[in-house]
Amino acid sequence: MTMLGPNLVMYEEEFDRINSVLGRLWMDANAKIVFLVDKNGQQIAAKGDLEKVDATSLASLTAGNVAATDGLARLIGEKEFSILFHEGERDNIHISIVAQRLILVVIFDERSSLGLVRLRVRKAAAEVEEVLNQMVSKAAEQGEAPVSPFAEITDEDIDALFTE
Amino acid sequence: MSFINYASREINCKIVYYGPGLGGKTTNLQYIYERTNPQNKGQLISLATETDRTLFFDFLPLDLGSVRGFRTRFHLYTVPGQVFYDASRKLILKGVDGVIFVADSQEARMDANLESLDNLKHNLRENGFDLAALPYAAQFNKRDLPGAVAYDVMHRALNFKGEPTFEAVAPKGVGVFETLKAVAKQVLHELARK
Repeated sequence: MTMLGPNLVMYEEEFDRINSVLGRLWMDANAKIVFLVDKNGQQIAAKGDLEKVDATSLASLTAGNVAATDGLARLIGEKEFSILFHEGERDNIHISIVAQRLILVVIFDERSSLGLVRLRVRKAAAEVEEVLNQMVSKAAEQGEAPVSPFAEITDEDIDALFTE
Repeated sequence: MSFINYASREINCKIVYYGPGLGGKTTNLQYIYERTNPQNKGQLISLATETDRTLFFDFLPLDLGSVRGFRTRFHLYTVPGQVFYDASRKLILKGVDGVIFVADSQEARMDANLESLDNLKHNLRENGFDLAALPYAAQFNKRDLPGAVAYDVMHRALNFKGEPTFEAVAPKGVGVFETLKAVAKQVLHELARK
């Protein structure tokens, strides 16, 4: 079972908390970009020099990367590789799995170091997990999922999307 | 698994193009990419071999505008069609919201179509999905080739649950948007039911 049921729903409060965790990580780790994606490649939140990157592609490729690495792990009998690190000439990418379903990505250059990033990521990951747990218990309390904003969608609404 | 963000009022859905190798999945995405306004699309990413065969996936984020005040984004993926990339195909189906099956109309590829459809059902099950319950459309591609198998024959062989089925010539765009729209519609209706 996935922790949040089939659909992950995030509200303002959790979104704000996640954003502030990422903001702190971004500063403390001296990172260029910090972002959080789910394992399906959907970007959840991000912080940093985002104008310079294609965040959507970054999210999707990160998820693909993690999925492939997960596959590798299982092949050799590991549950997962919880940390991936890619070292470049200028920039490096540190990827870690949070609570088995989210991916925390930190992009940094020589102004930071792998040791510092690892240290700060550990703290941030614990905080993100806490927010996630809060979302789970909230969802359990509320029982029913909130009414979808699409509950009353019509064929016309959908057709309108496809007219250029 | 669609992701609804109430804070930023956006919704992201994942649609996967499935089917046998060289059937035209990537071509579908390329056509959509070419015909979409720059402000409504992201980069088309292709993880392909040197000979342009899909190695892992192609990815195209598509922004279709707003529905009921929510920005609606579709993330289109293709799988590698070649049989031996099965592990990768399975990964890409994770969290899928809708599937488009691109079948190759050539007689010689009918077995490959059937094998791929079976493989789709199997891999969906491994990911906890049931094709019978998932938004789904089929596309019979390469209708312009001489000797394309008759529509009825293909329909009998490949129809799974009365899904919307389209004849296509992907490089020319025939049937491409129609197929996408048919699945997008089901995905959004599915969201409405949840």
